[in-house]
Amino acid sequence: MAVETSRRDFIGMAFGGFAAAGGVIALGAMKKTWDPLPSVQSAGFITVDLSPMKEGEVQTIQWRGKPIFILKKSADMPKNEKRDIVAGGSSYAVMIGLCTHLGCIPTWTPTTKQFKCACHGGEFDASGVNTFGPPPRPMDIPPFKIDGAKLVLGEEGPEYKKLVAKKA
Amino acid sequence: MAEIKKATGLIDWLDQRLAVNKFIKVMMTEYWIPKNINFLWAMGVVLMVLFMILIVSGIFLLMYYKPDIKLAFDSVNYTIMQEVEYGWLWRHIHGVSASVIFLVIYIHMFTGIYYGSYKKGREIIWLTGMALFGMFSAEAFSGYMLPWGQMSYWAAQVITNLFGGIPFIGESLVIWIRGDFLVADATLTRFFMLHVLLLPLVILLLIAVHFYSLRIPHVNNQEAEELDFDVEAKKYLDGKKVESKVVPFWPVFLSKDFFVVGVALTIFFYLVCFHFNFAMDPINFEPANNMKTPAHIYPEWYFLWSYEVLRGFFFDIGGIAAMDIGLAAFGFANVIFMVFPFLDRNTDNVAPAHKRPAFFVWFWLLLIDMIVLTVYGKLPPTGANAWVGFGATIVFITLFIVLPIITKMEAKCNNGGCK
Repeated sequence: MAVETSRRDFIGMAFGGFAAAGGVIALGAMKKTWDPLPSVQSAGFITVDLSPMKEGEVQTIQWRGKPIFILKKSADMPKNEKRDIVAGGSSYAVMIGLCTHLGCIPTWTPTTKQFKCACHGGEFDASGVNTFGPPPRPMDIPPFKIDGAKLVLGEEGPEYKKLVAKKA
Repeated sequence: MAEIKKATGLIDWLDQRLAVNKFIKVMMTEYWIPKNINFLWAMGVVLMVLFMILIVSGIFLLMYYKPDIKLAFDSVNYTIMQEVEYGWLWRHIHGVSASVIFLVIYIHMFTGIYYGSYKKGREIIWLTGMALFGMFSAEAFSGYMLPWGQMSYWAAQVITNLFGGIPFIGESLVIWIRGDFLVADATLTRFFMLHVLLLPLVILLLIAVHFYSLRIPHVNNQEAEELDFDVEAKKYLDGKKVESKVVPFWPVFLSKDFFVVGVALTIFFYLVCFHFNFAMDPINFEPANNMKTPAHIYPEWYFLWSYEVLRGFFFDIGGIAAMDIGLAAFGFANVIFMVFPFLDRNTDNVAPAHKRPAFFVWFWLLLIDMIVLTVYGKLPPTGANAWVGFGATIVFITLFIVLPIITKMEAKCNNGGCK
């Protein structure tokens, strides 16, 4: 078969090429239209002031629709180097408050200093490490950054990267 | 251009402009259907009727439904259910037909498998049919989200989370699909759009292709008898209606179909009026709450078999996490029916299953296994239940692995290659 490109073939290919390029660009625009809105993205970062917290107190806040437990550790609670966050001279346990078994929300029991899950009886210690029942791993730590006595959730600060590195 | 003459009547006027007589002949009065079929061949028309019922009831629900997380729950459970005249009826019709249409789809599918109506020229019918199944699944899922109850919410959360299992892009893909870090307002409005516009459009298009692809190889029959449709049609048109092996789609075939549709709709409206609750999960009458998971989450009955395949592997194997094996098995289960025509290696034999002994056993094993998976998909996955689910999942996967082997052996035997 002779390879001969006529002017009509060229017009056809040029038309097809432009149409294809336009199509790809349009797809890119459609993809972006489905992206989370700026208001949604900015709500993915929240700042918590830790300084008013009392020792032994647990605070539950919402971040990206998930409950976050923040516990200021008192002296009688064992420290956990692999998980504790140090800010302003005090240790905090910060974790996503979802049981790693099936995603139920455990509750803090001050008397035994444990997080207990009502769904299937899973138990976690004050650092969020699973100690009993079906949960396969400790509660997850959300990405954070320490800013003085403030905690920024959603951003990966150097302290967070260090914790992740220790886990691995 | 044809010459336009003074019309002798309305039909003639239309015929000169739209060729309606020719159109009706091609589509209806000279579209030939074999005589040797049974009531299972009426399921396509039953599905069409149910789909129309879904569209009509959906139109009325759409007039009062509000796709906003602050308003959705009350617009369904208060406005539609209590204020709108017959709103409750439209909702129950919509919910029950969504459930029943899956039962009929499964019957339609298994009829096709049993009678070998997916091969020898009928592959496109099967492929478009499976694409329709996929689109109907997406319709069911997106529609289930709209009342914005607890079950709507957590089903959406879990199903969108499944995309997180895709390597590398999973996590950002989930956020992209949801339009938020969790299932939220953006998720509701986009799935509302899919449910009422894009998916129905795709379904209508696929139905057109599905019907068209049936036209060329024709409808199969109970004995897989090869008919010369031109010869049989000529006999029929010459008045030898008893001798001819075919009947026209309209009025003969459809008159039988209308009877089956009549029976089906009697059962359907009995369910709508007296047993609508089976399509109305009580947990979904509690408004969505992202801070509280229901103790036991399960999908609607028609997704239970693949859900059970998903969670069938409950322990790690060889260092691969249970969840990843489950996801892979789930992907397998959802794709494998699509390639069914290419797994059956006895491509020329379109005989019904009862004339293919090995395939007959295979067919019933598959059907029983899928019923077992469905039943155990609803039960909590603890103790012995987990093992039954695991076993049934293994059987399911094994059946599809052996299908090409047994059909290949069957093909050999048909050619006299075995004793």
